[in-house]
Amino acid sequence: MMLKVENLQVNYGLIRAIKGVSFSVEEGEIVALIGANGAGKTTIMHSVCGLIPKSGGTVTFLGNDITDTPAHKLVYQGISQVPEGRRVFGELSVRDNLTLGAYTRKNKAEFNETLAEIYERFPILKERSNQIAGTLSGGEQQMLAMSRALMSKPKLLLLDEPSMGLSPLYVNIIFDMIKAVNEEGTTVLLVEQNAQKALSIADRAYVLETGNMTMSGTGAELLANEDIKKAYLGG
Amino acid sequence: MSVLLDGLSLGAIYALIALGYTMVYGIAKMLNFAHGDIIMVGAYAILTLLNTTGNPYIGLLAAIIVCTIFGIVIERLAYKPLRGASPLAVLITAIGVSYLLQGVAQLVFGSTSKPVAQPGYGSVFLFGANISYTTIITLVVGGIIMAALTVFVKKTRTGHAMLAVSEDKGAAQLMGINVNRIIMLTFAIGSALAAFASLFYMWQIPSVQPTLGAMPGIKAFTAAVIGGIGSIPGAMAGGVLLGVIEKISLSIPAVSNYTTAIEFSVLILILLVRPIGLLGKKRREKV
Repeated sequence: MMLKVENLQVNYGLIRAIKGVSFSVEEGEIVALIGANGAGKTTIMHSVCGLIPKSGGTVTFLGNDITDTPAHKLVYQGISQVPEGRRVFGELSVRDNLTLGAYTRKNKAEFNETLAEIYERFPILKERSNQIAGTLSGGEQQMLAMSRALMSKPKLLLLDEPSMGLSPLYVNIIFDMIKAVNEEGTTVLLVEQNAQKALSIADRAYVLETGNMTMSGTGAELLANEDIKKAYLGG
Repeated sequence: MSVLLDGLSLGAIYALIALGYTMVYGIAKMLNFAHGDIIMVGAYAILTLLNTTGNPYIGLLAAIIVCTIFGIVIERLAYKPLRGASPLAVLITAIGVSYLLQGVAQLVFGSTSKPVAQPGYGSVFLFGANISYTTIITLVVGGIIMAALTVFVKKTRTGHAMLAVSEDKGAAQLMGINVNRIIMLTFAIGSALAAFASLFYMWQIPSVQPTLGAMPGIKAFTAAVIGGIGSIPGAMAGGVLLGVIEKISLSIPAVSNYTTAIEFSVLILILLVRPIGLLGKKRREKV
């Protein structure tokens, strides 16, 4: 078991945003959390990786209790997150963004190797390595944000709404990239509003409704489920 | 010419202090109004060591150590517990820390002015005028420090981490950056720069008293705002500009009495034309 979340609860003041959610991610899987706006997907993501405090529950990563581990230490353990809205460092160059992605790695040779891999996969990032990241298009920024996260060579990659605000062309590019990264051995936990896309690449998925898990199954099962079709897949 | 060099050297002092304001603002998003009083702390450290050892550079070393420790301790005890609190609460706290430092200095050193023995380095005839060595040292050392700081921020891993934290704390944490450590480091660097400013400023004034930091503090803050608060090159440019204006204005008898008014008028004018300061960046509102 790579990641195990048990009875996770998160409160914003008096509002109970996450009301006891449990899920798990096995090594090598792509697991998707799907749900409508406001269901609590991003809150789960942020609390799992320590950006916001949990009100209850436990999180275990590779057998270690990481419930109270601060966000920056999790990167050293092998968890890397691509946050919602990409959040590249818009005032820094593409290359500086990638360098920051490898902040936890001090071996220069390994760094150069990973950078070369990224540049090979995305020649456009190499072309624009000196360009200020804020001037990239949304799709290019998403590419950069994912590449930045991969620079730390994570065991588990958390993706928060990677398709948000992207053209259909870039949505396909990004989802192809997720599959490729997964095939190379990185486990992926994906949070998506685009249920169709997420379920089509996910090994397993969980459905989230206003702070509760309501359903789970393999990607194919949920894609075929009538309720899911009605609620999330447009009929 | 000598007025210009004097202005540049005073500007270097303002710039060193302004860097402390601007870096802390850039990283921690707070106005540290106690920063001016760190200069006073440094000045007393230098004075004490100067009176016992006679060597201003041992005094400087002591000031760097004392100021850095003060900067770190103040951040830990006064500001860190307020992380995420309303900016107003943090601002009031900073003002409180400022008065606290002044009050403690009064208790320890008394409220009377203590005379400063000037180093008496003499002067050199340059560009058709007598330029004192203290002016030259201030300019050269100030310039070196600012160049070093620029290289540090642009080229090192920690410097990049500072830029990342200043832009997006959450995303910086996701890179594995310990934001609290970076904030502490920023206070340490700002305070160490203030220690240099203490020595150079003492070369310009006759005596040391507990409220000594107020004027250079507010001038340097003005310089930081003129340059665009949060911007490192902005603080340097703003400091130098303000120093030169001050010395030029002081050298013209007709307006010398209005020097401070002129300096703040420059601030108002610049903010009217360019509200983000000379080199400030427009921040995109994040959704």
